[in-house]
Amino acid sequence: MSEHLIRGASVLGGEPADLLLRDGVIAELGPGLSAAGAEIVDADGLVALPGLVDLHTHLREPGREDAETVLTGTQAAARGGFTTVHAMANTEPVADTAGGVEQVWRLGREGGYCDVAAVGAVTVGLAGERLAELGAMAESAARVRVFSDDGKCVSDAVLMRRALEYVKAFDGVVAQHAQEPRLTEGAQMNEGELSGVLGLAGWPAVAEEAIVARDCLLAAHVGSRLHVCHVSTKGSVDIVRWAKSRGCQVSAEVTPHHLLLTDELASTYDPVYKVNPPLRTREDVEALRAGLADGTIDCVATDHAPHPSEDKDCEWANAAFGMMGLETALSVVQEAMVDTGLLDWPGVADRMSGAPARIGRITGQGRSLEVGAPANVVLYDPSVRRPVDPADSASLSRNTPYAERELPGHVVATFLRGKPTVLDGKLQ
Amino acid sequence: MKRHLLSAADLDRDEALLILDTAGEMRSLADRPIKKSPALRGRTVVNLFFEDSTRTRISFEAAGKRLSADVINFSAKGSSLSKGESLKDTALTLEAMGADAVVIRHSASGAPHRLANSGWVRSSVVNAGDGTHEHPTQALLDAFTMRRHLGDLDGRRIAIVGDVLHSRVARSNALLLATLGAEVTLVAPPTLLPVGVETWPVTTSYDLDATLPKSDAVMMLRVQRERMNAAFFPSAREYSRRYGLDARRMGLLDAHAIVMHPGPMIRGMEISADVADSERSVIVEQVTNGVAVRMAVLYLLLSGSGEAPETSENNTTAGTEALA
Ligand SMILES: [Zn+2]
Repeated sequence: MSEHLIRGASVLGGEPADLLLRDGVIAELGPGLSAAGAEIVDADGLVALPGLVDLHTHLREPGREDAETVLTGTQAAARGGFTTVHAMANTEPVADTAGGVEQVWRLGREGGYCDVAAVGAVTVGLAGERLAELGAMAESAARVRVFSDDGKCVSDAVLMRRALEYVKAFDGVVAQHAQEPRLTEGAQMNEGELSGVLGLAGWPAVAEEAIVARDCLLAAHVGSRLHVCHVSTKGSVDIVRWAKSRGCQVSAEVTPHHLLLTDELASTYDPVYKVNPPLRTREDVEALRAGLADGTIDCVATDHAPHPSEDKDCEWANAAFGMMGLETALSVVQEAMVDTGLLDWPGVADRMSGAPARIGRITGQGRSLEVGAPANVVLYDPSVRRPVDPADSASLSRNTPYAERELPGHVVATFLRGKPTVLDGKLQ
Repeated sequence: MKRHLLSAADLDRDEALLILDTAGEMRSLADRPIKKSPALRGRTVVNLFFEDSTRTRISFEAAGKRLSADVINFSAKGSSLSKGESLKDTALTLEAMGADAVVIRHSASGAPHRLANSGWVRSSVVNAGDGTHEHPTQALLDAFTMRRHLGDLDGRRIAIVGDVLHSRVARSNALLLATLGAEVTLVAPPTLLPVGVETWPVTTSYDLDATLPKSDAVMMLRVQRERMNAAFFPSAREYSRRYGLDARRMGLLDAHAIVMHPGPMIRGMEISADVADSERSVIVEQVTNGVAVRMAVLYLLLSGSGEAPETSENNTTAGTEALA
């Protein structure tokens, strides 16, 4: 097995140290290490973080291999510094059986770029009518712990209550895509001043907040774990903060794009900015950043949603929802949270690695960088700043909302259990 | 003038007045024995109608032809558009055909913006109605009609009544009339006013009876009966009773005030038949004025200074002579 000696990395932004990665673990950590035969990685000026964990990724396989495959998606993940991604269940067919989740999990293992934790559907076919075999998925080789109908909301209160209760048997969590369906029929963008002017049907904040509030109350009532996907409004942050203060076992995620972009981009009518939940207002962005900083929002999750060009090169109303996010996530978090002084590097490590691994019950990921821990390490250069080139991507899709925009930072290397998946900024 | 006409907000006061004054000249052309000007000879105008609207399409077609442009109608029915061809591929076809102007009607808000700003075509783009967004030439023809009856619109009080939420006509009118200095009041049940309307350059009212005596013009918007199925109002009858314009309500208007409707009307719903056919109604005249206003828009877009193609100078000369 290969050995790598990382020289002079700033561990979580602290004093430079060397890390010796051997046999898949961090074998030694400290200043002035030496190891005969180890490949030297010069990390002068680079920040070392634990490998990132994404709770929310759309890998599209099976069914939409024209948009992404498990292989290309995990390659993009590696380039973004991730060592685990959670593959959402809204594939075709839906990942709602033990066989389905095992397939995605196995494809990830075979690719070797990034671990794939399969998310199981809550309801059969995401139809919101009856529970999928949650226990079978939990007991499968994929060891599913996160269940979600993401893309759709489990809007039926009784079904949601039962799902929350049922997954307690195997320490699972229900990750809710909070969207009251009747309030968002035909919705195209954030409902507000701009939607009225642009003549695009509105997606009101209350449609998210009403579900978040209901689910927090349900989770408290039955004593279960709830995870709220892609929190996008100030009101949702307030509700989650309130629920946590009452001891409710709720966790929440925010996407990079909701931390940086606002609904004003819809005035271009360019569907690359069309996403669900929609981009919100500046006030919401500020509240999301504050919530992530104070821990109300536990983690950043990309909601990486690749789409082929024909699904975006069209009229706004006819375009697909979603934007890519794996390769730019860390840069956006640096821009929105670190460079603004809201979060330090240990904070980033928690929100992008430790916390999501805990929520997903992933062992061997999200650990702190210490001797004996699995060698999941990302080396990141926060000093560069450059325009995003959509063509410079491992993904099969190009729908990044940051094209031409300058973002800070660059993932120089990613190690998955000691094996480099990215080195010198290049896929291995 | 700018290269495209996508929104009434694209027009400042001077540009709007230039279009309206030019439309006046175009309209006098219509009263002459030979209704045709050679102004746009050799230019190609494509009417790209993804959504059926015979009246608007015919109006643009007549406008283009009276200016001697080559007019090509490209409509959804029975063409590649109905077979799922994308806006992008259609645009590339038009570009290859050398269209100078594309008049687009589309059910998706913002489709004209996409066409104009995506780099797919180099032609001028005219929004002939997009989704629930805008319909700027309708607003121009409405303003033109109002000016003929009311004179300068500065300080004039205009009531726009009905389904503002889903109306591209209301959006464009609110913007253009504000630019022209008119005082606009939107009258509708609260369910049919858009979120954020308080930031528009208008006032709003839920009370039609209180608004009518203070109005110089009242514009009735079409209200689809089916809206009641989505609970925007309880029934067609209650809507008519509270927001329809009947003879009694018309009696609340000042003697000089006019009644307008962008068409197509639903008689008995938002407007009663006797009101639509009354002396105060300028609804038929709106249609006539539509052609003149669209002639002015095409003329100014295609023969104006700046980004017009090389032959523009000849055409401008020819046009000016013919119009003089
Ligand atoms: Zn979602």
